[in-house]
Amino acid sequence: MTLRETQDGGDMVSTDGGAAAGAHLPEETLRELREITERYPQPRSALLPMLHLVQSVEGRVTARGIEACADILGISAAEVSGVATFYTMYKRRPVGDYHVGVCTNTLCAVMGGDAIFDRLKDHLDVGNDETTDDGRITLEHVECNAACDYAPVMTVNWEFMDNMTPESAVELVDDLRSGKEVRSTRGPRICTWREAERVLAGFPDDRADEGPAAGPASLAGLEVARERGWKAPEPSRRAVTGGREQGTESAAAEADTSRAESETRLEQSPTDVEGGKDEQ
Amino acid sequence: MTDTLTPVLTDNWDADRSWTLDSYQAHGGYDALRIALGMDQDDVITAVKDSGLRGRGGAGFPTGMKWGFIPQDNPKPKYLVVNADESEPGTCKDIPLMMASPHTLVEGVIISAYAIRANHAFIYVRGEVLHVIRRLQRAVQEAYLAGHLGRNIHGSGYDLELVVHAGAGAYICGEETALLDSLEGRRGQPRLRPPFPAVAGLYAAPTVINNVESIASVPAIINNGAEWFAGLGTEKSKGFVIYSLSGHVTRPGQYEAPLGITLRELIDLAGGIREGHELKFWTPGGSSTPLLTDEHLDVPLDYEAVGAAGSMLGTRALQIFDDTTCVVRAVLRWTEFYKHESCGKCTPCREGTWWLVQTLARLERGEGTEADLELLLDQCDNILGRAFCALGDGATSPITSSIQYFRDEYIAHFEHGGCPFDHAASTLFAPAGAHA
Ligand SMILES: Cc1cc2nc3c(=O)[nH]c(=O)nc-3n(C[C@H](O)[C@H](O)[C@H](O)COP(=O)(O)O)c2cc1C
Ligand code: SF4
Ligand code: FES
Repeated sequence: MTLRETQDGGDMVSTDGGAAAGAHLPEETLRELREITERYPQPRSALLPMLHLVQSVEGRVTARGIEACADILGISAAEVSGVATFYTMYKRRPVGDYHVGVCTNTLCAVMGGDAIFDRLKDHLDVGNDETTDDGRITLEHVECNAACDYAPVMTVNWEFMDNMTPESAVELVDDLRSGKEVRSTRGPRICTWREAERVLAGFPDDRADEGPAAGPASLAGLEVARERGWKAPEPSRRAVTGGREQGTESAAAEADTSRAESETRLEQSPTDVEGGKDEQ
Repeated sequence: MTDTLTPVLTDNWDADRSWTLDSYQAHGGYDALRIALGMDQDDVITAVKDSGLRGRGGAGFPTGMKWGFIPQDNPKPKYLVVNADESEPGTCKDIPLMMASPHTLVEGVIISAYAIRANHAFIYVRGEVLHVIRRLQRAVQEAYLAGHLGRNIHGSGYDLELVVHAGAGAYICGEETALLDSLEGRRGQPRLRPPFPAVAGLYAAPTVINNVESIASVPAIINNGAEWFAGLGTEKSKGFVIYSLSGHVTRPGQYEAPLGITLRELIDLAGGIREGHELKFWTPGGSSTPLLTDEHLDVPLDYEAVGAAGSMLGTRALQIFDDTTCVVRAVLRWTEFYKHESCGKCTPCREGTWWLVQTLARLERGEGTEADLELLLDQCDNILGRAFCALGDGATSPITSSIQYFRDEYIAHFEHGGCPFDHAASTLFAPAGAHA
């Protein structure tokens, strides 16, 4: 992301047209790109998700993708390209079905990320940011992915693979290459990179309910607290003035109410609110 | 006497399907929203002010005061933007929060937006966390269907639209003004301040930007009262926070406690330093906060005491390194990160981080001299205070602090003609009993 790298990025517009030059993105994609702009008070805010959508359709950021974004937003292709080259998740070269990331920021590197990355380069016979000949795997070392308590950490299509070793990393990429179903250690079944990019563009898939709420490290402190019976203190008085009667105690007592009851509470809420206002 | 750990934000993370609306509401979720909608907006701001809540994204600015800066006589729309870019090395609290309980954040967003009279809010989440983004998208969808979002929320006359916006990989977009540029569809580069975002933020309109954990703390404050919150923590650092322990401890993870707990206590709760080893150095709040050592085990982890110890509380990203770790290698890697993530806008940082890497790499290879240490400090001097934003300043923290505490180790590299450590001994999968 230095100035130098950014300047090369200008090529996105001029050189990468190739076979696709002149051709347009599918009509459906153009419609969805326009749809993204409607989420925002000002259409240009849509550019990042639009570029994610381009990647999901094209497998990378292409010249025609850039032109489509520019056209819809009424800005120049050079402006779009300038944005696309700034962010590391946008790729100029085709990405494989599985983008495999190895965190090599300090903490993960020390905990084994460097050894894992070296082993994978060797095993896959690729360098950083390169794709295997079969087009299945693109290997990249990534920066801290906010999962340091699970170090050493890898990602596959931006799903977490926690507490990895060189051996489990090799097994993982072998499974991915052979088409075996792979699950994130803290998430769902792995989808393809293009499918992942579509979710990032703001078109959800149906996998939100897969996987656990939290991995073991996320719960480490909570477990100690539960074992020792530690809790946050109870409020000494009824919540905030103007609120309804119910404080946390009764909320806690309701902890196992059924869905039906919570829906009833929802329906009642306008009255609650009115009541709250009257009290003041 | 308050318990040592006080799960509030993390309390429902072990509940069955805790990310769903049903589960969240079964644990009292969205009660605070109804309370807040029954309050005058200014009273919500006052409650947050009185609680003493300070920003959890690193700088510790008082949240209620920030909300109070929004000029309500400004005719432009107001915006609330949640900073969910979590990319500071070592920081790993917001991501598990949004994964396990996205509704805590969504409820916080609605209350906070109501308080500052924003009708549009955004969660700017880093793009590299796909499943977290799915959970946020689902939570927002559920909240709309339940009438917690949208038009005339629960008959209050208040409208709010909430958009989950995925970034695309750039640490600098965590800096609040760079984040705004990015959210406007531009390259994420910091803006000159003033004007501050409260006056001219998103689309040049009044904007509040807060960290995930700051906003997620708001429902508990509204539910339990400002006094309850202010009763936890220390005199100037109030409330509870999530401490994230990573690295060479037996049970790394998230530990929620009142501000002011010490690292000694936390390491003890985490089962101690990795068997057979000792603490060597640690970061209190991410890689941009100066390193501390075993001398600092009893420093209360609040804003004031960590500051007095020569570092910063930052994001409570406690990265723990034991005696097998080479500090020069650690610092070089962080410096490479800053060089890579420098946005290129200002010369001290763009050129300076490049030079820092050159000098450090030479030292790490054992090819440097003692004069290189002075050169490094001089280079840091030319960045600190001269860079356009705090990324450049942060880049110097690990370097200057490591030279302060571990000068001998730098010297050992050129005496030894390279790194004297066995890197394999530091790994999670090191053979038992391996030593440096
Ligand atoms: C380089 C850089 C990166 C940052 N990254 C983040 C981040 O990922 N998340 C965050 O909340 N704040 C981050 N910040 C701090 C923000 O600029 C800002 O202070 C914060 O979002 C304000 O929210 P708070 O008052 O609730 O803490 C970063 C700052 C800098 C200089
Ligand atoms: S300090 Fe670095 S990141 Fe910040 S504006 Fe300057 S070049 Fe960009
Ligand atoms: S250092 Fe690897 S996830 Fe943080």
